Amino acid sequence: MRNYYKYLLILPGVLFLTIFMLVPIGMTIISTFFPNEAAADTSNYASLFRDSYFLEILWTTLRVSILTTIICMVLGFPAAYFIARMSAKMKAVLLILTIFPLLTSPVVRSFSWMVIIGRNGLVNEALMGIGIIQEPLEILYTPTAVIIGLVHLFLPLTIITLVGVMESIESDLLTAAASLGASRIGVFAKVVLPLCVPGLVIGGILVFVGSFTAYTTPALLGGQQRVLSTLLYQNANTLNDWHMASILAAIMIVVTLIVITCMNLLANKLNPRR
Amino acid sequence: MREKHIGLGIFTFLVFVFLLGPLLIISVTSFEQGTVLKFPPESFSLDWYKNIFEVSGFLETFKVSIYLSLAGNLLALLIGIPAAYALNRFDFKGKALLEGIFVSPIIIPGIVLGFTFLRFFITYYQLPIYAGLFIGHTVIMLPFIIRVVSSSLANFDFSIEEAAVSLGASRIGTFFKVVLPNIKSGIIAGVLIAFLESFNNVDISVFMTGPGVSTLPIEMLTYVQNYFDPTIAALSVVLMIITALFMFFVERLLGLSYFTKR
Repeated sequence: MRNYYKYLLILPGVLFLTIFMLVPIGMTIISTFFPNEAAADTSNYASLFRDSYFLEILWTTLRVSILTTIICMVLGFPAAYFIARMSAKMKAVLLILTIFPLLTSPVVRSFSWMVIIGRNGLVNEALMGIGIIQEPLEILYTPTAVIIGLVHLFLPLTIITLVGVMESIESDLLTAAASLGASRIGVFAKVVLPLCVPGLVIGGILVFVGSFTAYTTPALLGGQQRVLSTLLYQNANTLNDWHMASILAAIMIVVTLIVITCMNLLANKLNPRR
Repeated sequence: MREKHIGLGIFTFLVFVFLLGPLLIISVTSFEQGTVLKFPPESFSLDWYKNIFEVSGFLETFKVSIYLSLAGNLLALLIGIPAAYALNRFDFKGKALLEGIFVSPIIIPGIVLGFTFLRFFITYYQLPIYAGLFIGHTVIMLPFIIRVVSSSLANFDFSIEEAAVSLGASRIGTFFKVVLPNIKSGIIAGVLIAFLESFNNVDISVFMTGPGVSTLPIEMLTYVQNYFDPTIAALSVVLMIITALFMFFVERLLGLSYFTKR
């Protein structure tokens, strides 16, 4: 077969993504160094990282993403362990119940939390009804609300990633450990947990990067409390400051790529099977 | 290792209450008659379901979202199937790089893609807004099509294709008569997954919508920020039913393993 045939098949896809994705992204990053279309200039990055408003938003975004990742792991790991040990039929039911929210629109999912934690929402109605509080709690439009929404958004992804990893652990290995006298906790700590570390790392990256860049959830649940993504949107569409928006976009890409690269290397290193 | 662990079971149950409870609550409140979202609802009515059709914008943007997903899917298939075929069938120099390029729309943050699409498609390439939306959605659908079709092709025995060619069939004829029918279910599942991805998209669309041009998720987002009545709850129920149907078909075509493997 002629050699160019295979390149011909792949060319439309490569061209399409080059013109409509790689070039726009590359040009956006490059443009951030040329604020006045003059010589290269990194002063706007330098001044940005001295701007207390920006630093506060960056810190909020990081804090929200890190807490979301930790909570997802803490809730997702035991649940995934339980699901992975179910019979095939029960496992399928539980996985379907996990995947359904994953596929449901993020707008719908954020909206459902507005109903629950809003000023006149269920939580406040219930707490005031039984007299625990007199004034409604301000949960909605705070970083806490964003964390709740993001955990709800990314917990299904955490669970199915971990179930996938746990399924790949041969049950013979666990039986062997148990028959050699390991306690149930011993089997879990010495066999299951180390084998799950790469999965936890991969799940962690997905949740962290997803939370760091999510838009819909902070836009609906965060109110005036901005994070990087809503700040980017505000600069691009409301303030028309495209230069600032480009800088934020570049920061988000760089952070995403660094985190993904580091964590991939780490996951390979931590894999006890290698 | 099948012994019951009650504590773990209760913990998992609570996790599912957290995951599904909110969706259940908005489903129930959608039947409330009053203008305020209440739980449990005090009276039953379908008024808010009727209101979906009366609020101008929802029906219209629902159509826009469907057309956008269908058109994007078509282009993504035209580009994606040949690419997935070539990547699975042949060896390439720089194959890892090519595969990396094709999955990159998933890795690059959606909000970044949305902004650069606005900046380049509309301002720089001077595309009309609908064309910008169409191409933007195609970009984000492409990785899903390629991933699902690739996993179907990975299970396909290419020696069947070789046999057909050696018996005198043309390469292109063989592709349509032998390869394509064998990966049909993968293609359909890929289309369904890509459809949901586009249909629910906010990050790309939010930059390219404005007065007169909008998609359903953006219309909902704007509505929620301004009004707080059960209309969105009713609309959410409709969307959840659609999602459940799609999930049912994907499960039938690919099995649950599609979702659990990374």
